[in-house]
Amino acid sequence: MARRIGVYVCHCGSNIAGKVDCPDVAAFARGLKNVTVSRDYQFMCSDPGQDLIIRDIHEHGLDRVVVASCSPRLHEKTFQKACARAGLNPYLMQHCCIREHCSWVTGDKAEATAKAKHIVEAAVLRVRRHQELHSREVAVVPDVMVVGAGIAGIQAALDVARSGHRVILVEKSPSIGGHMAQFDKTFPTLDCAACISTPKMVAVAQEPNIDLLTWSEVEEVTGFVGNYTVTVRRKARYVSEDICTGCGACLEKCPTKVLSEFEEGLGMRRAIYRNSPQAVPSTPVIDAEHCKMLTKGKCGVCQKTCPTGAIDFTQQDRREVYHVGSVILATGYDTMDPTPMTEYGFGRYPEVYTALQFERLNNAVGPTGGKILMKNGEAPKSVAIIHCVGSRDKNYHEYCSRTCCMYALKYDHLIKDKVGHGAEVYNFYIDMRCFGKGYEEFYRRVQDEGVTFVRGRPSEVVQENGKLVVVGEDTLLGTRLRVPVDMVVLCTAMEARADTTEVARVFGVSQGRDGFFLEEHPKLGPVSTASDGIYLAGTCQGPKDIPDAVAHAAGGAAQALALAARGVVSISPTTSWINPDICVGCKMCIGLCPYSAIEFDERRHIAVINEAMCKGCGSCAGHCPSGAAQIKHFRQVQVFNEIDGLLDRKPDIMALIGDIYETANRAEA
Amino acid sequence: MNQEFEPAILAFVCNWCTYTAADLAGTSRMVQQPNVRLVRMMCTGMVDPKYVIKALLSGADGVLVSGCHPGDCHYINGNYKARRRVKLLNEILPQFGIDERRLRLTWVGASEGNEFAATVNNFINEIRELGPLDVRGMAAL
Repeated sequence: MARRIGVYVCHCGSNIAGKVDCPDVAAFARGLKNVTVSRDYQFMCSDPGQDLIIRDIHEHGLDRVVVASCSPRLHEKTFQKACARAGLNPYLMQHCCIREHCSWVTGDKAEATAKAKHIVEAAVLRVRRHQELHSREVAVVPDVMVVGAGIAGIQAALDVARSGHRVILVEKSPSIGGHMAQFDKTFPTLDCAACISTPKMVAVAQEPNIDLLTWSEVEEVTGFVGNYTVTVRRKARYVSEDICTGCGACLEKCPTKVLSEFEEGLGMRRAIYRNSPQAVPSTPVIDAEHCKMLTKGKCGVCQKTCPTGAIDFTQQDRREVYHVGSVILATGYDTMDPTPMTEYGFGRYPEVYTALQFERLNNAVGPTGGKILMKNGEAPKSVAIIHCVGSRDKNYHEYCSRTCCMYALKYDHLIKDKVGHGAEVYNFYIDMRCFGKGYEEFYRRVQDEGVTFVRGRPSEVVQENGKLVVVGEDTLLGTRLRVPVDMVVLCTAMEARADTTEVARVFGVSQGRDGFFLEEHPKLGPVSTASDGIYLAGTCQGPKDIPDAVAHAAGGAAQALALAARGVVSISPTTSWINPDICVGCKMCIGLCPYSAIEFDERRHIAVINEAMCKGCGSCAGHCPSGAAQIKHFRQVQVFNEIDGLLDRKPDIMALIGDIYETANRAEA
Repeated sequence: MNQEFEPAILAFVCNWCTYTAADLAGTSRMVQQPNVRLVRMMCTGMVDPKYVIKALLSGADGVLVSGCHPGDCHYINGNYKARRRVKLLNEILPQFGIDERRLRLTWVGASEGNEFAATVNNFINEIRELGPLDVRGMAAL
């Protein structure tokens, strides 16, 4: 029976119609073989647009539909659902793109229209060979894994846990809290960071639905949406979490001192340590690289001191396997190391600090007990704060880190508050970006406190007569400046974690140009990724301040919960299929399959696809010497037809390749 | 070479990286010459060498295969399989009188819209230099 194809060409307002003559394309499609009805319409994705398709399916008895509009990555599902509502199998629809790949990128109208015709013809030829396919529904494991326990990970974990679902919260450092635990105050309200984050950290520890795995890293992720299997490496802590009471006696007796990472190198910690007395969990960890017992086999002072006998030097890394339905990545950010920017003298001049170091100087449990002091123990009389160090800079990061203007204003206030109003504070900025709720008001307040703002990025910091001199230009006044100060704070860029690439590979997500994880859609899918069931939360997706990170994390939790609450997920039927009549049993595909989804049937001497494990990558189909392996919805005959439509067919050439082509077609039919 | 020669080029691109980059190039309005038409594949690993040959025999003057950067494949390693197959085709095509430059493999990541537009424009220019692929003439030999 002849096919009855409906073709729908979308104007997308003027997005497509501005370059492509849509009525002409629709008229062209009407002349193609098997096309029963062809229409153009202003917005196919709108309700009336979809109704148009549904009505035609009923009235004209269409058995195939082609929609030419935006990218299938945007609206393929919309039109598949419209077809399904009309009782047509959604895989009998072909969605082709005449916007992103045609109208938006082609300069000439006639050329754009010609290209659109090719694209539509290819879709019409392809859809003729489409087959009905049916999605499978599989149960979703209701548990959720959250990776990273900074403020975003904590928020996501608490949101999920409070709904009654179990959360596995994995953190690679010894305690949770992330960067926020290092801060002293938060802008613009000047809340104490610990006062607002510690209750959340304690809530995590006390929440019965959260399994907290600190000092742990995810090694491997297998499976698919709703059914992931995650291998977590529990690094040897050498302190038993079950026995330790967190009394801290060991911390005082340990004879080995090491520069503290948590103090950003401004203070020392012992070889057995925890980040702060408020750390959650309070169990310390032994740094195997520096511990004398673990490196040289002698010492063991902590073991002798521990009143509960919690120290265990025989601990080994161990691996635990978890089954979860979805994963929320909340791995956070790194701050850029300003050492390569030699012009600012970080690492050379002792009074040049990074912003995180300055946070520690302000923190009540930091190395100076919360006093802003120079290395000589005196308070600085003047401080220069340099904005955009490594941000908005083509040589480092083109993006804006979004937080520096605001925390610089917070520092302005804290210096005036702690050192005294006589202290001089200079901000060297490019633009002040105070866009959040209450931010502009805070900027105004700090200006009134007598802080100096200089528009212009300084060229260098030099040391002269025991003072640091910031050399730059006030671009508003057009004058060159040399400002002598006691202390310089560099507002270093937020950047993607150094191990983002490896983490991206483990979880099967992509990185954007800026190095951060890439979201599914920059506006409408900011927490989903290309991998279903893997969501993003917080700064691992891009620089964010705390309110934005928390909101983003709550969004990630909502996505994970939506999946868990529904309980089932439909799995794409576009898997591989090996034609048992053609397969010769060469086993070539078995070695190629990255998911071990192909088994060998010894009795029939053929390879067989395990559809539950197949992801439809086509590794087998791309190689199969006999053409037995084919990906459903990407079968050879479908691709060949698409190729024919995209090119100006030359019928006499067809005779030349009849051998390959016709044989293949016959095999498929 | 014919001054008005406009090459027809087919691109087999993977859904996760290059197709997304092409979307991004579109959203960013990066104007490209209209000669390249995309065939969306789920992975470059499913590009059967037959598809490339079929395209060249059906009138394509050049074929682009483009997927995720090495190590970034959505399906673990499909792009490496594509690389092997393209290498094989690069050996075979010249034996049939087809310049191997007519087939190109590139890696364009999902966020590289500008890279995609540049790749497309460069490839079109190179194929324009090479001139039309005269399969009919070759068959007459």
